[in-house]
Amino acid sequence: MTVLVIAEHDNASLNDATRAVITAAKGIGGDIHVLVGGEDCGPVIEIVKGLDGVTKVLHAESPALKNRLAEAMETLVLSIADGYDAILAAASTTGKNFMPRIAAKLDVMQISDITAVESADTFVRPIYAGNAMMTVKSNDAKKVITVRPTTFEKAGDGGSASVETIDAPAPAAASEFVSEELSKSDRPDLGSAKIVISGGRGMGNGENFAIIEKVADRLGAAVGASRAAVDAGFVPNDYQVGQTGKVVAPELYIAVGISGAIQHLAGMKDSKVIVAINKDEEAPIFSVADYGLVADLFTAVPEFEAELEKAGV
Amino acid sequence: MKILVPVKRVVDYNVKVRVKPDQTGVDLANVKMSMNPFCEIAVEEAIRLKEKGAAEEIVVVSIGPAQAQETIRTALAMGADRGIHITTDDAVESLGVAKLLAKVVEEESPELVILGKQAIDGDVNATGQMLAALLGWPQATFASEVEKTDDGYNVTREIDGGLQTIKVSSPAIITTDLRLNEPRYASLPNIMKAKRKPIDAKTPADFGVDIAPRLEALKVAEPAKREAGVKVESVAELVDKLKNEAGVI
Ligand SMILES: Cc1cc2nc3c(=O)[nH]c(=O)nc-3n(C[C@H](O)[C@H](O)[C@H](O)COP(=O)(O)OP(=O)(O)OC[C@H]3O[C@@H](n4cnc5c(N)ncnc54)[C@H](O)[C@@H]3O)c2cc1C
Ligand SMILES: Nc1ncnc2c1ncn2[C@@H]1O[C@H](COP(=O)(O)O)[C@@H](O)[C@H]1O
Repeated sequence: MTVLVIAEHDNASLNDATRAVITAAKGIGGDIHVLVGGEDCGPVIEIVKGLDGVTKVLHAESPALKNRLAEAMETLVLSIADGYDAILAAASTTGKNFMPRIAAKLDVMQISDITAVESADTFVRPIYAGNAMMTVKSNDAKKVITVRPTTFEKAGDGGSASVETIDAPAPAAASEFVSEELSKSDRPDLGSAKIVISGGRGMGNGENFAIIEKVADRLGAAVGASRAAVDAGFVPNDYQVGQTGKVVAPELYIAVGISGAIQHLAGMKDSKVIVAINKDEEAPIFSVADYGLVADLFTAVPEFEAELEKAGV
Repeated sequence: MKILVPVKRVVDYNVKVRVKPDQTGVDLANVKMSMNPFCEIAVEEAIRLKEKGAAEEIVVVSIGPAQAQETIRTALAMGADRGIHITTDDAVESLGVAKLLAKVVEEESPELVILGKQAIDGDVNATGQMLAALLGWPQATFASEVEKTDDGYNVTREIDGGLQTIKVSSPAIITTDLRLNEPRYASLPNIMKAKRKPIDAKTPADFGVDIAPRLEALKVAEPAKREAGVKVESVAELVDKLKNEAGVI
């Protein structure tokens, strides 16, 4: 049994989600190889070959792989797929984009967004916005799997894998990268932050997010949002937490002015401790909150920040 | 240009489904069903392209039970021109759906297929990408903006880090994200008109592809329940609890 993990990176550093995928791969068993496809992605190779549990790193260089567009990733992975019993990637927007192409070409039904590995062919995955957890057995010869990074431990360092260079075949169909507008922030990444504070429609406008950001900076937290806050243009799309946005599972999640629709809960209810600040005591968010504060957020959030300071946080 | 829009009938997004006590699935008896919200966005985008003169015909296709016809009618009432209903009572996985759609594409020769990024029942997020691979077409998934160019589309995509713009040549696959548009409501006259629009009835057998499921559901269980928490009286109490009880700050 050999498992292929496809690394997620930006040519310079490895996305932590890949470490969680490696842990999922360990659950399947067998040797673990990691494919790193990119342009000038040498620094990523250095990180990946030292990951605990990885026996071999496959390194493919090509300008076509610079942005890991789906069509280029498809041909690259297919060129080596024969040698593997399972192919895994993170259920990130990158993994979700290219993995189904590979599954279709291999005539395999993808197992999306798994949260547990029961055995080499049986997995658990959420359906209906996480309101049900389905245990599925795959009867396909090869497994193509995307992994929810928040539910697996991150593999550490300490390995010493061999590195093999492989060719990158030309993409099957062409899409062309034009530009990227990435949210810049000094705060931790939403997907892996230990503390997340999110604002919803109750924030009223984008400027008001400043009170949340002040708390975030004091706590070293990432800032998230509900769909309503993103749709209203308060914050960018990559802040969205939920069924169809990002899934987070920090130590502490603070929901401010968020009602707690099932689609939002789907993205945060596995957080260790949940705090809700909402002026409506009937808001469904309170049903998942460990600590609920019924209050107007415009007084409660600045007061929270002041109390944190007083407490020496 | 012809646009094909696959639409799925799913549990309405407002419904919180319950797991059946025998853990064989979720209870769908007497539950409100609607068009998958991402498919509504797909239909709306196709109509807007047509209104801009970039398309002549919009064909919607749904694979599902008899009632999926209502979902097709909804799309026709929004402004699509005709429907194809591939009737089956079996649940068809994304791979099977993609194979059927590839056959429909062969027959209909659309230059663009717009799908939802995800059906909110199975949360699989795969059909559009699979169809693109089977056809050997380029794809632009999770679209928040679509601009028609001379030879294809410039598409802005919602990605984990922000936004990405790519160029795809025609024919292409696009899948929709939430910010692409706000779907219209069908007006009463358009609902009446939709009743006379044609829907072609088919079965999976007409297409000769293998759509047997590959995944076997062994169990469908409730997610772990959270213990009910407490309401705190003040911000000071909240900070004290977070620091001294939960130990998370
Ligand atoms: C296909 C689909 C996918 C979706 N995906 C997602 C997703 O991924 N993530 C997501 O979040 N949603 C998603 N949604 C949307 C979801 O259904 C809800 O509409 C959304 O989460 C509501 O956001 P909200 O809680 O900010 O707004 P609302 O529901 O309007 O709640 C606002 C809350 O703020 C409180 N409030 C207002 N003013 C104050 C104040 N001054 N002080 C304190 N509290 C105040 C109110 O009491 C209320 O509870 C999706 C919906 C669909 C149909
Ligand atoms: N049974 C179906 N009939 C028509 N279209 C479907 C069907 N299943 C999925 N689709 C399309 O594929 C998209 C993504 O679905 P999925 O891959 O299941 O998450 C949906 O938004 C639809 O556009």
